[in-house]
Amino acid sequence: MNNNETKGIWKIIGASSLGTLIEWYDFYIFGSLATVIANQFFPKTNPTAALLSTLATFAAGFIVRPFGALVFGRLGDLIGRKHTFLLTLVLMGGSTFLIGCVPSYESIGFLAPILVLVLRLLQGLALGGEYGGAATYVAEHSPNHRRGYFTSWIQTTATLGLFISLGVILLTRHSLDADAAKSIAKFNDWGWRIPFLLSAVLVVVSIYIRLKMQESPLFSKLKAEGKTSSNPLKESFAHKANLKMVLLALFGATMGQGVIWYTGQFYAQSFIENVCKVDFDQSRTMIIWGILFATPFFVVWGSLSDKIGRKWIMIIGMLIAVVSYKYLFTQILNITDAKTKVEIVDKREVKPMLSLIKNSADSLRKVVTKTYYEDGMKLVETKTDTVYSTIGKKTIKPVVSVAKTLGDSDYWKIVGIVFILIFYVTMVYGPIAAFLVELFPTKIRYTSMSLPYHIGNGVFGGLTPFIATLFTTIYTNDKTVGLMYPIVIATLCCVIGALYIRNRIDPEVAGV
Amino acid sequence: MNKLKRYAGIIWIILGPLAIHYLMATAESEIAKKPVIDTQIQWGVFLTIFYPIVIGFILFGLYALEGNYDHIPESSAEIDDYDVKPL
Repeated sequence: MNNNETKGIWKIIGASSLGTLIEWYDFYIFGSLATVIANQFFPKTNPTAALLSTLATFAAGFIVRPFGALVFGRLGDLIGRKHTFLLTLVLMGGSTFLIGCVPSYESIGFLAPILVLVLRLLQGLALGGEYGGAATYVAEHSPNHRRGYFTSWIQTTATLGLFISLGVILLTRHSLDADAAKSIAKFNDWGWRIPFLLSAVLVVVSIYIRLKMQESPLFSKLKAEGKTSSNPLKESFAHKANLKMVLLALFGATMGQGVIWYTGQFYAQSFIENVCKVDFDQSRTMIIWGILFATPFFVVWGSLSDKIGRKWIMIIGMLIAVVSYKYLFTQILNITDAKTKVEIVDKREVKPMLSLIKNSADSLRKVVTKTYYEDGMKLVETKTDTVYSTIGKKTIKPVVSVAKTLGDSDYWKIVGIVFILIFYVTMVYGPIAAFLVELFPTKIRYTSMSLPYHIGNGVFGGLTPFIATLFTTIYTNDKTVGLMYPIVIATLCCVIGALYIRNRIDPEVAGV
Repeated sequence: MNKLKRYAGIIWIILGPLAIHYLMATAESEIAKKPVIDTQIQWGVFLTIFYPIVIGFILFGLYALEGNYDHIPESSAEIDDYDVKPL
C-alpha cells in the first residue's frame, strides 16, 4: 500500500469505527441505566407499565435486532453501504437523544412508557443494521492480506462503546453535587438524561464525517456493472449454497462468540455486583479497567488472523473460555467472600435508625452495620423492616442489602480475572468480521453476514445474563451454575466450528 | 473427515427436537411457578425467536448429513459460481 492508500484506509476505519462506537454506546446506556429508567417510566405498581418495560427489555435485543439486520442488510445490498449505515446512525442517535427528552410517567402518564418502548425498539432496529454495514465497508476497502487487521478496529467498538457508556454514567453520577449522596439522588432524578442527550453531539460529529465518505469500491463496481442483487433476502436465504454458509456462520462461529462476549463483560459485571455483592462503583470500574487493558488484543488477534487464518484463533478462544470459566468465577467468589477474611472487631459500627411511616402509626427501622476487615474490605449491611404499632405483629422477612468495597489487593486481583475474561472475548471477536465478510459474495454480503451476527450476538449472547440468572434460581446450591449456559453453547459452537469451518483466508472478497 | 461431518449431522438433527422439548418444558414450569403476564411475555418472546433458530439447526444437520459441507467454498466468490439453485 502506498502512503495515500494508507491514509485513505485510516480515514475509512476512523469514520466507520466512530459511528459504530457511538451506536454501541447508545444501545448500552439504556441497558446500564435500566433500573433508573424503570423508576422513571415503568412504575412497578402499574402492571401495564411493567409489561411495557419487559417488552422494551426483551423485544429490542432479541427480536428487533435480527429484524434490523434483515431490513438494513437488504437496503445496504440494494442502495449501497454508505447511505444505509448513515441512516442507521441517524435513527440510533435520534432515538437515544429523544429517550433523554421524554417526560416522566408522573408528568404525562402512559404516553411516557409507550414513547420509551417505541424509541428503544428503533434503537434495536438501527443496531441490527449498523454493524454489518461498517464491517463490510471497511473490509471492502482493505487489501486482502490485511483484512483481519483493518476490520479488527471495528471489532473494538462494541467493547469501547460499553467502556464509554460505563465511564460517562459513573462520571455523571458523581459530578452533579459535591456531596456524593446528593449527587446520586440528582442523577436518579434527572441526571440520567445527560448520557442520552450527549449522544446527539456525538452523532452529529459522526454524521458529518460519514457524509464525506465515498461508497465502497466493490459495491460501486457492481453497481456500475449492473450486477447488484435485485432481491438480497431471496438470494441470501432461499439459495442453498448461501443459506448453508449462513447456518454455518451462526452455529459454527457467532453463536459461541455471542455467549463469550456477554459472559466476559455483562455477566461478569452482574455476577460481581449481584452474586458477590461488590458495590455499584467498584463492580463497574473493574470492568472498565479490564476493557482498557484487553482492548488492544482485538487488533493483535485480527492482525494474527491475516497470517494464520481466522478459524483456530476463534476456536481456541472459545475452548479455553469454556474450560476455565468455572475456575475463574469461583476465584471471584472466593476473593470477595467475607468468611475468608479477618474482621477488625473494634471498628465495627452499628447505626439503627427509626422513621415514622406517613399516615400510619407504624415505623420503618433501618439498621446499618459497617464491618471492616484486615485486608481493607468494608462490608455495609442494611437491614430494613417495619416496626408495627400492633403488639405481637412482626415483619416476616426484613429486607437485607449488602455492599462490599474491596481492598486494593483484592480489587486488582478481580480486575486481573476480568482482563482474562475479556482477553477471551478479543480472541473470539477480533477476527470474526473478516471471517464473516469472507464467507459471502459482495452483492449479498451486508444481508448475509448481518443476520447470523445479530442472532449469535443479540439472541444467544444477549440472553446470557437472563438464562444464567434463571439457572441460579432453579439450582440454588451452586452460585456458578449460571455458567452452564455459555459453556454448553460455546462447546457446541466450538465442535461445529472445528469440524466444518475452513481455515482459509479468502484471497479475493471482490466476487459478486 | 467428510464421513465424520456427515455422521455429526445426525447428532445436530436429534439435538433440534430435544432443544424444543427442553424449552417448552422450562417455559411451562416457569410460567406455572409465576403465572403473571410478564413471565408469559418473556417466554413467549423466547419461544418465538428460538423456534426458527432450532429449525435452522435441524436444517444445518440435514445439510451436513447430505454432504453439503464436504466441500466448503474456497472463497466468497465461489458461492455464486456453483450450485446456486433455489431451495
